Amino acid sequence: MFVGLITNITKWAVPFIMFVIIIHGYVKGVKVFEVFVDGAKEGLKIAIKIIPYIIAIYVAVGIFRESGAVYLFIRLLEPILRILNIPGEILLVSITRSLSGPAALGMAMEVFDTYGVDSLRGRMAAVVVGSTDTTFYIIAVYFASIGIKKTKYAISVGLMADCAAFLGAVYIVNKLYG
Amino acid sequence: MNIIFSLLILIGIVVAAVNGRIEVITEIAINSAISAVERIFSLVGIISMWLGIAKIAEKSGLIETLSRMLYPFVKHLFPSIPEGHPAMGSMLMNMSANILGFGSAATPFGLKAIAEMQKLNDDPETASEAMCTFLAINTSSITLVPATVIGLRAAAGSKNPTDIIGAILFATTCSTMTAIITDCFFRTYYRVKNKYRR
Repeated sequence: MFVGLITNITKWAVPFIMFVIIIHGYVKGVKVFEVFVDGAKEGLKIAIKIIPYIIAIYVAVGIFRESGAVYLFIRLLEPILRILNIPGEILLVSITRSLSGPAALGMAMEVFDTYGVDSLRGRMAAVVVGSTDTTFYIIAVYFASIGIKKTKYAISVGLMADCAAFLGAVYIVNKLYG
Repeated sequence: MNIIFSLLILIGIVVAAVNGRIEVITEIAINSAISAVERIFSLVGIISMWLGIAKIAEKSGLIETLSRMLYPFVKHLFPSIPEGHPAMGSMLMNMSANILGFGSAATPFGLKAIAEMQKLNDDPETASEAMCTFLAINTSSITLVPATVIGLRAAAGSKNPTDIIGAILFATTCSTMTAIITDCFFRTYYRVKNKYRR
């Protein structure tokens, strides 16, 4: 029932949202085509912005993995990770995610290339990246923009939410595809 | 990030040297750089498509409509913001954009929202409770269409790139709930602590 619901949301979400947005735009007299093209231009800018990050991460993670260092890292944490059913690479993706969005995207791609995008680990990496945010970066940028110096408990709350997303992601992927 | 980047490379080189496979490093460094660029090219298309769709939703006022629908739920979280205050409007736009997975559309609204909240803040150097709550929800946002991740999966040749949407919805619901609960907890804790200090 629960699994069925999630599968259905998955199947319908994109077509539904596209349908609603286009129809709504058209009815409201938006120049749907021109506006789409205009928005799509920003995609190029974003892609160019993340190229250097992805290269940096591919190289760093590539060296770490091929040298065999990643196995040492995973073996070190294995006892805890095994209890929770968490692959070591996914933990790495998750830690990176709260520091840098593009870097985490690069790491997720690395996992896709190594294990296959539709593998359990590939899915887990995707869900982890999709469900958490660059907490440090966002909090820093937002507060800096208005000159706040004392951030009180904002960072603790953000990190706890990231932890919850991470555990939730691992749990649900194991449950749906494990 | 500087530490992580350096450690990954340095440890990797040391381990390779110890294992007697130092020749691997040169090869993998070059190959990784090349495959990174190849991946980006397939990614451009999908990101651009979603940003195009997002722009339509923004122009047609759909994001605004969604904001209005969210208001009754959100107002309880921000008792310090009066009804109709511009902070609320921008904040709801930010949340709506986040839910639809339009991260880049969300940021301008978010920055506007926090600037408006600063006007209601007694101490301009210390974060207000409303700001903390807003950032908690912002960084943990429930996501309906994780556009970038779908793009990545498609670029990597997934058979069904969107089939992680449900799982992401589940994980982000967990994190938003955690954010709201811990924010509530910390807020009370800070209030009590400040009362004793005075």
